[in-house]
Amino acid sequence: MSTHDATAAPPAVGSENYLNCSHGFRSWFFTLDHKRIGVMYLASILSFFLLGGILALLIRTELLTPTRTLMSADDYNKVFTLHGAIMIFLFIIPGIPAALGNFVLPLMLGAKDVALPRLNLASYHLYLIGALIAVLSIVQGGVDAGWTFYAPYSTTTNTAVVTLTFGVFVLGFSSVFTGLNFIVTMHKMRPAGMGWFDMPLMLWALYATSIIQVLATPILGITMVLLIVERVMGIGIFDPALGGDPVLYQHFFWFYSHPAVYIMILPAMGIISEVVSVFSRKHIFGYRAIAYSSIAIAAFSFLVWGHHMFTSGQSELMNMIFSALTFSVSIPSAVKMFNWLSTMYKGSIRFDTPMIYALSFMFLFGIGGLTGLFLGSLATDIHLHDTYFVVAHFHYVMFGGTVIAFLAGLHYWWPKMFGRMYDEKWGRISAIIISVGFNITFFTQFVMGSQGMPRRYYAYVDKFEPYHVISSFGSYLMAAGFFMTAWYLVKSLYRGRPAPANPWGGAAMEWQAASPPVLHNFTEEPVVGDPYDYSNQDYDPAIGGYVLRKPEVSDR
Amino acid sequence: MSTPHEGRGEHADPHLQHHFQSMAQQYDSGKFGMWLFLVTEVLLFGGLFCAYAVYRANHPEIFAYAHQFLDKTLGGLNTLVLIVSSLTMAMAVRCAQLGQQRRLKQMLAATLLCACVFLAVKGVEYEHKWKHGLLWGTRYTSQEAAPAAAAAPATEAPAAIAAPADGGTTLPHAAAGPAGLAAEPQTGHGAGAHGGHGPAGPAPRNVHLFFGIYFVMTGLHGIHVLAGMIAIVWLLRRSAAGEFGPEYFAPVDFVGLYWHLVDLIWIFLFPLLYLIH
Repeated sequence: MSTHDATAAPPAVGSENYLNCSHGFRSWFFTLDHKRIGVMYLASILSFFLLGGILALLIRTELLTPTRTLMSADDYNKVFTLHGAIMIFLFIIPGIPAALGNFVLPLMLGAKDVALPRLNLASYHLYLIGALIAVLSIVQGGVDAGWTFYAPYSTTTNTAVVTLTFGVFVLGFSSVFTGLNFIVTMHKMRPAGMGWFDMPLMLWALYATSIIQVLATPILGITMVLLIVERVMGIGIFDPALGGDPVLYQHFFWFYSHPAVYIMILPAMGIISEVVSVFSRKHIFGYRAIAYSSIAIAAFSFLVWGHHMFTSGQSELMNMIFSALTFSVSIPSAVKMFNWLSTMYKGSIRFDTPMIYALSFMFLFGIGGLTGLFLGSLATDIHLHDTYFVVAHFHYVMFGGTVIAFLAGLHYWWPKMFGRMYDEKWGRISAIIISVGFNITFFTQFVMGSQGMPRRYYAYVDKFEPYHVISSFGSYLMAAGFFMTAWYLVKSLYRGRPAPANPWGGAAMEWQAASPPVLHNFTEEPVVGDPYDYSNQDYDPAIGGYVLRKPEVSDR
Repeated sequence: MSTPHEGRGEHADPHLQHHFQSMAQQYDSGKFGMWLFLVTEVLLFGGLFCAYAVYRANHPEIFAYAHQFLDKTLGGLNTLVLIVSSLTMAMAVRCAQLGQQRRLKQMLAATLLCACVFLAVKGVEYEHKWKHGLLWGTRYTSQEAAPAAAAAPATEAPAAIAAPADGGTTLPHAAAGPAGLAAEPQTGHGAGAHGGHGPAGPAPRNVHLFFGIYFVMTGLHGIHVLAGMIAIVWLLRRSAAGEFGPEYFAPVDFVGLYWHLVDLIWIFLFPLLYLIH
């Protein structure tokens, strides 16, 4: 086993680290090291992000004109379905927890690995299998049911629904295993001296995420099973012609998929909590409030699924209850937002790339969150539902929120993961390009949606053409920003300045490990302390990073 | 297992993985993970129980009518078999903890045997449903009325039941249904309108919904029994190598927990599907 060969050598030798301690395909593909698994996840999700992004550009290009531009209407339906399914199930859900979370969680705990490393590897293998099955549906001609697979259309369309939903089913297992592993790790592997309220807030966010993954994903699993047996065997549970109830499908689907949007956003909030504090050089404001609000969001997330079905024939009482519960989610979200702002207040803010992304997150998530209230109120939702307003709201939260925070985290931990500094100037430029491009793309969609442009339409009324053109232009700008990011990140792997252990002056334990860390993470036992206390570190210009002020200073 | 465990004393157990401080920490982590996994299993079945509740609340007449086609005797037998298997599994865990190698293997084998009996009986039941077209959705072809054998005493149906001469099941053949009713085609008019009290009355609409739920629930449960059997075979192989003992019995313990859950789910399935009225 590869881990064995590696540990035979003493870990303290020179610059040996988890990246170069062993070589070959097997040493990666069958590794039990959480860092390598995290890196493999990162490479995989970024590949699917590229695929989903290309599909998004195809959608935007098709919509440049009110009629046919590139593809037929059927192909258009398949492209937006795949864009949604790939981005949701293959990129955003595993994105932050499985890629970045896997890498930093044990480091933040000062542990050698997650509690169940083999389950961690199984989770990655299941992810790959599920992803390949899902992508296989493209070869089979694609799926045109939309990423939500609403019955009865999904049970009657002659496209490859079974393949894609089976892929989603397998991916669900992967997600459950990651969440389960994280919960066990945080319960059982915290070092002596680190209580629950001494953990970095990223871990609280991952904990809340994991709870949702474990509790909600099985429902998606059974829903996909029912949809598959419905199609393969004609079981009739969702088929009105056989006495089944298609709205029951919507209940099942959203009972998972609404909590799932919090699987996507909660770890993003965790990253922002880290980045805002570190780059403001100030202790996080309202630690407990942020920690509890993560748990509160996780709890609320299970009680709001009905707000996707205000127009599906729910009773008015149900609608009112779901609307009220939906509004209450804004409380813990706002608690976080105000705490981040208060953290920045009178801080000495540094505008490095992660911080620019974090500020961009607050701006975009603010818009995304507030427009959610428009959709959560019953009367306006009747007007806005199934329009581009919903599309814009969703992208403001999922892209403006999660993806932007993912980029913040990626840049923040990039030096730790690969031991190289990326080009800060290009980092800042592309962060700004992506944020501007994003607003151009999706703010126009708010306007279109409020004027009645329905989502998922292939052909549209001429008056929407200018908006669509502006929106498509914004998407090209965003794409340019992403290619720029890919370029300087890849370049940094080869040409980047070697990263110091602590380039940003973070106080959580992952910055006590070398960059990149050794196979067992720490060469000496890490010191447990307040993860947001920056008073005991000094900037050392010689290495370009921060060093802990050693206790021996006080000895003298 | 060649995981390194340097720095934790020379007596570290070979089963101790490198990132844990002690066997206790490793055991606790595994056990906690197993319980969480069981939570996900409960939720997986929870979706089906939810579907059951929705359809039973909306169409009680379908359930009242269709459940009579299930064989309570075989269902009861299977319940008994699974409860016994849970007992033998619990005893297997105990044997592993005490290091009784021979009895451990015996108990695991007994559990495996019970699981086989369960699946065999389930197979007999499925075969009967299959033969009579008592299937789901589009595959439902049954023309038979509810078996009078299962009807309440209050029913006016003539008790004209032929001897159960057809292949081992206690359910009457289609032709043995109450005279006249068996020949009557499904009218498509809801018996629910009559309050759904007459079990021997004409079949309500969409009886197949019950069988759809029945097959999905028992089928998924059956898959879990199969998975459990694979796990027990794996335990048997490892116990044949004498790997388990007072220091290391976690796998037996965890499979045991899983097995009890599979048993428990059946304890809910049996009354909800077989014993309703």
